[in-house]
Amino acid sequence: MILEIRNVGKVYGGFCALHEVAMKVEEGKIHAVIGPNGAGKTTLFNLISGMHDISSGEIWFKGERLNELKPHLRAKLGIGRTFQIVRLFDSLTVLENVMLGRHCKTKAGLFKTFFKFSLKELEEEKTTRENALKWLEFVGLGPKADQMASNLPHAEQRLVEMARALTLEPDLLLLDEPAAGMNPKETMGLNGLMAKMNQMGKTILLIEHNMQLVMGISETISVLNFGEKIAEGNPSEVQDNPAVIEAYLGKKRRGN
Amino acid sequence: MDYLLSVATVAGIYIIMALSFYMPFLTGQISLGQAGFMAVGAYASAVATVKWGVPYIPSVLFGGIVAGIVGFVLGLPALRIKGIYLLLLTLGFGEIVRVIFINLKYVGAAGGFPGIPYQKYTLFYAYGMVFILIIFFSRLRKSRMGRAFQAVGNDETAAEILGVNITSAKLMAFSVGAFIAGIGGGIFAHFQEYVEPLMFGVMHAVEFIVFAIFGGVQIFWGPIFGAFVLTFMPEFFRIIQTWRMELYGVLLIVMMILRPQGVIGLDTIQGLKRLFQKAH
Repeated sequence: MILEIRNVGKVYGGFCALHEVAMKVEEGKIHAVIGPNGAGKTTLFNLISGMHDISSGEIWFKGERLNELKPHLRAKLGIGRTFQIVRLFDSLTVLENVMLGRHCKTKAGLFKTFFKFSLKELEEEKTTRENALKWLEFVGLGPKADQMASNLPHAEQRLVEMARALTLEPDLLLLDEPAAGMNPKETMGLNGLMAKMNQMGKTILLIEHNMQLVMGISETISVLNFGEKIAEGNPSEVQDNPAVIEAYLGKKRRGN
Repeated sequence: MDYLLSVATVAGIYIIMALSFYMPFLTGQISLGQAGFMAVGAYASAVATVKWGVPYIPSVLFGGIVAGIVGFVLGLPALRIKGIYLLLLTLGFGEIVRVIFINLKYVGAAGGFPGIPYQKYTLFYAYGMVFILIIFFSRLRKSRMGRAFQAVGNDETAAEILGVNITSAKLMAFSVGAFIAGIGGGIFAHFQEYVEPLMFGVMHAVEFIVFAIFGGVQIFWGPIFGAFVLTFMPEFFRIIQTWRMELYGVLLIVMMILRPQGVIGLDTIQGLKRLFQKAH
């Protein structure tokens, strides 16, 4: 059990975004979280990654309680994340963006940067760059390393964000709608990428609206609606679940 | 000739001030307080030289360190504050410093602190510091912390999720910026031979920001260019001197419309690199 969400609730002012959500994510699996818009999926991700405080309940990762832990320390523990709307660093190149993934695993501070007495690059800097390049090539964007991140087309920006998260060497990857805005060919590429990451032993928690993608690649699916978990199981169990169908399509009316 | 050297010296000091603004700016912290830190550095180093007999270099360094410590203290509450509210905080700080020095008898109060021994080689010390800063910023750009600073400036939340300790990054940048401003103040004090609170008002803080924004904020050469050019221009055109602040205003408006990144941008550097390569 790499991630345990124990009766987690989140309240924003008067609005209850999540209510008593309980979920167990098994290590090495691909676990999807689906549900209509506004169900609370991204809120859940925000709570896991630390962007917002948990109102009630606990989240445990690799045996550690995340509740009061600052976001950058959660990254250090091994949680990587991509965003619904791509959040790359615009004033940096693609490679520099990806290199940032290794920030919490490296040490060079201001002092070492300024006071180095040889003209050669720091050893750590060299390994960071090679490591980042490796992950950039893994997502297929090696040649674009020195371009400004903001110049890339949307789908490629998403891949850069993924490479950046991978450089963190996370055990758990939170992917928030990675296929949004992708055409079928790009989506297939994404599918292959996720499968490869999973083969490496990474646990993937996935928010997606593309049902083909979700049903094809996930081992477990949790369904949220109005801030509560309404169903959970493997793809075929979830597909046949009447509560899920009702959430997406509405109640079956008499006479139809 | 003497006159030009004097202008060049002031330009050098102002380059240091523009770079002191640039440092916290990298992490997204826009500070109107750099003149305040300059004042702290100026007064601290003046006290060290005049009252305690400390020699020049340690004295200036002392000014920088005191300013850096004040920067750290101010940087702590500044962590939670963004945008215009940070502008107000740093503006308030600058004013508080000014008022404190107006009332501080030990350093001459409103009359100012006279009798600072003149440093004949201020020009060299100023540009020596500029040289050190050039090395610092160029090394920073290609380093782990440099990337972290830029990331924090671009998107704080995403940087934090990625594992960057944004608290420590912002605090570091703010303190180092204050330190640099303090050094500028120390060098300034030993050039002017006296310091008074009036020299470190809000309009000076604004000027440093104008230098950096006009010169270009994509790369550290921008503030250097901006401070140098805008310090020399008024010396050659009398009309610029009279209408200096008004012209700054017009300049800023025009720049923001035509070329928001400032005169020197990443494209400028790349263009220059290509030109250099063609020549070979």
